[in-house]
Amino acid sequence: MSLTHLSIKDAAAALAARKISAVELTQAHNNAIAALNPRLNAYITTTPEPALAQAQAADARIAQGNAGPLTGIPLAIKDLFCTAGVRTTAASKMLDPFIPPYESTVTAQLLAAGAVFLGKANLDEFAMGSSNMSSAYGPVENPWKRAGSDAKLVPGGSSGGSAAALAARLCLGATGTDTGGSIRQPAAFTGTTGIKPTYGRCSRYGVVAFASSLDQAGPMARSVEDCAILLGAMAGFDAKDSTSAQRPVPDFQASLARGVRGLRIGIPAEYSVAGMSDEISRLWQKGIGWLREQGAEIIDVSLPHTHYGLPAYYIVASAEASSNLARYDGVRFGARVGGEDLIDMYERTRAAGFGAEVKRRIMIGTYVLSAGYYDAYYLRAQKVRNLILRDFTQVFDKVDALLTPSAPTAAFGFGEQMNDPITMYLNDVFTVPASLAGVPAMSVPAGLNAQGLPLGLQIIAKHFDEEMVFTVAAALERAAAFSHLPTVRAA
Amino acid sequence: MGYVLEGKSGNWEVVCGLEIHAQVISESKLFSGARAAYGGAPNSQVSFVDAGFPGMLPVINRECVAQAVRTGLGLAAQINLFSRFDRKNYFYADLPNGYQISQFAHPIVGTGTVEIELQDGTLKNIGITRLHLEQDAGKSMHEQHPGKSVIDLNRAGVALMEIVSEPDIRSPEEAGAYLRKIRQILRYLGTCDGNMEEGSMRADVNVSVRKPGEDFRTRCEIKNVNSVRFVMHAVEAEALRQIALWEAGEEVRQETRLYDQARGETRSMRSKEDAHDYRYFPDPDLLPLVLAEDDIAQWKSKLPELPDAKRRRFCAEYGISFYDAGVLTAEQAMADFYETVARGRDARLAASWVTGDFFAAMNRSGATLENPPVSAAHLGGLLDLISDATINGRIAKDVFEEMLESGKAADAIVATKGLRQVTDTSAIDAAVASVLALNADKVTEYKSGKDKLFGFFVGQVMKALAGKGNPALVNEAVKRLLG
Repeated sequence: MSLTHLSIKDAAAALAARKISAVELTQAHNNAIAALNPRLNAYITTTPEPALAQAQAADARIAQGNAGPLTGIPLAIKDLFCTAGVRTTAASKMLDPFIPPYESTVTAQLLAAGAVFLGKANLDEFAMGSSNMSSAYGPVENPWKRAGSDAKLVPGGSSGGSAAALAARLCLGATGTDTGGSIRQPAAFTGTTGIKPTYGRCSRYGVVAFASSLDQAGPMARSVEDCAILLGAMAGFDAKDSTSAQRPVPDFQASLARGVRGLRIGIPAEYSVAGMSDEISRLWQKGIGWLREQGAEIIDVSLPHTHYGLPAYYIVASAEASSNLARYDGVRFGARVGGEDLIDMYERTRAAGFGAEVKRRIMIGTYVLSAGYYDAYYLRAQKVRNLILRDFTQVFDKVDALLTPSAPTAAFGFGEQMNDPITMYLNDVFTVPASLAGVPAMSVPAGLNAQGLPLGLQIIAKHFDEEMVFTVAAALERAAAFSHLPTVRAA
Repeated sequence: MGYVLEGKSGNWEVVCGLEIHAQVISESKLFSGARAAYGGAPNSQVSFVDAGFPGMLPVINRECVAQAVRTGLGLAAQINLFSRFDRKNYFYADLPNGYQISQFAHPIVGTGTVEIELQDGTLKNIGITRLHLEQDAGKSMHEQHPGKSVIDLNRAGVALMEIVSEPDIRSPEEAGAYLRKIRQILRYLGTCDGNMEEGSMRADVNVSVRKPGEDFRTRCEIKNVNSVRFVMHAVEAEALRQIALWEAGEEVRQETRLYDQARGETRSMRSKEDAHDYRYFPDPDLLPLVLAEDDIAQWKSKLPELPDAKRRRFCAEYGISFYDAGVLTAEQAMADFYETVARGRDARLAASWVTGDFFAAMNRSGATLENPPVSAAHLGGLLDLISDATINGRIAKDVFEEMLESGKAADAIVATKGLRQVTDTSAIDAAVASVLALNADKVTEYKSGKDKLFGFFVGQVMKALAGKGNPALVNEAVKRLLG
């Protein structure tokens, strides 16, 4: 099998058995990136030389017999994670040039586990978007094609670069961040897997902030098991993040084989939204069938406030973003456009540095926090958020996990859904509630639509029960046996 | 009748409340590990958190929390077990994040009370509305470069306590007394050094005026006043400005003003219409601050004795006047010094020496209590020599001067200089006889009724004894031999 098509698990085994070297493995990926990235634009920055140096160090570590779980495994790092000495852009012109003098906690833990970083993956600017069309470094092309069409499709967003790189075999695993679906929706659009862990499971230290109460780092990979391996290295308490959870990190891999026999799986009625395609409905039914066949008890449940999730999310996330992005003012780092005075400099710098979607959210956020509007928008959205959290808390008294679709559609084309930002925001309808509640949720590929595009199913469990998510996801993965490959991929 | 300002339309009352910003004494900043000390080279005490770098997160410094709680306890205020940090959003070049982390809706300390004392001895309670923790901003400097401003972020992120009073203050004097009292309490507690010159304490002064008995009228806020004297001036200047406006038939507009210390007047900074919309909301990077009763109890058990309690104890324990006790408890170090001198001795004599000769010597030499001109032990030694009649009060003053110069102990000076007082009655009698013989004319005058000359004879005898005569014995001998 080609080196770029290996799972992390198999690659780690081959490395440990000295069947392959980390340098070979990294070189194969460097070559694939050199060949395909100019077209796909999955990476904003590639670091082939440092990657090879890390691979050499990994080979030495393996030879010494003290390899970590990810030693020699080549990864794509979403360009929202600060990486010491490597340009970090958040896909915005605003940060150009910015070379962080520090490493994010998550990437530092991955490095400590021996991982090799191939480069920084593209994303929507400041992680704001569901298509990767808002990147200041250009859109990412989805390696998947509709049958009989060469039209360019989006990989989803905001972790679209990570997802596309995985699908096209330009890395074995990737980091993503998920604020309202930014891991799960692109995973669904690209036939890959990705988990948004419980809020607080992974440190946010060194991750460029979008919406602090929602942002959560998580792994993306081509199998549930690979996600479990990656999350084991990424997760854990960090004293530098006050919102990180002081909890032990369980052995996520151990949960994969548990099986769903006897588990109660909830099917929330509110996720049957108007306008959802029959294909998605059928896939959902199929997923229900797979779990039932494996001995799970299927229970119809209700999450009554789901409908309010999307507006509440766009208020809360934009409010926090408007404040989080105030630091990009041209004073201390990143881009600056000179002006006649301080205010003029701010205005010119921010006008030039931020793209349209970021500006839109800053304006929404500023508006909803303003005197006279705060109660009607921000405060009410926080109340809705509490109700949504209560929905989940109550439903998890009755069921062990929830099964829903990951996204209302398959990947759409460049230029589609672009006329109206609200249409674009609807992509997040299934992913946003779990973000607002802070509960873990994962997307696994479950089948193809009639046009040959991948579709995903989402598994949601209660706070800090990623193991349950993995158990159910692994069962679905086994039943779905998804083995389709995208059109554009490395050999 | 309290303080009133006379206007053309009659008397006006001043209504004033203070917001005091006090820099917390702590090793590191409120949300980062950078040093909080004053005076480092520009931008030498700045972490990536302070500078608002991407992905940096605040982590609360528990020592600053403890300091705020101690302060709240010292102000007899309610400590809130639940408090929360909010973001106050505004753009400025020395505010790296574009927001200040503060406590808006849920401060760490609630209502309390402070007792102030006025010149005439009146005591008055001033209510505390709240105390909250917040970050300081950096410093913008505009003089270093013709076309640019330079920014020093050393102060950015340093912990401040904002102490808000009720509008209970009714005169410049009360405003000054309140500010001094807060500073005294904070210094006792060791939670703020109260150094207004270095900016570690500054006040926003809210002032309005009204006719006696009226409800509050519109107030103005005078920002960043940095001395007790300026606060007092600002209250008066602003009150007079407002009275003039009202009496001219105009309205006082709610606005933020600056005190111009050179001109002794306030001027407009921005009106209410231009006021920032700070868009406060809970900081999502921080969890609510939840305190345990046990922690508070522990901090409380370790609080020092506070000035009011100490003052009352000094009166009771040492039998000194309320006034003297106030002087002696002005500073913790002063009170400690006095107690060291007074303990086991004549405490009133100790008070009169400390507030008299010792203070005078301090003022003359510009010395501080950390490095006093005479140590408490040495001063106590001097008092011992007075009490056991080794020397008299007159000689004691000379010995004290000698102690200031030489740094030697009183008994050593008395021994080497032979200053032990004369108690030998035959020597005293001889000296008296000699003085009376030399001043026969005055003796005659005395005997014909000029009683005042008694003091003259005593003085002459003391002079003859080189000041060392025991005053009681000398008096007795003069009286007897004039007899």
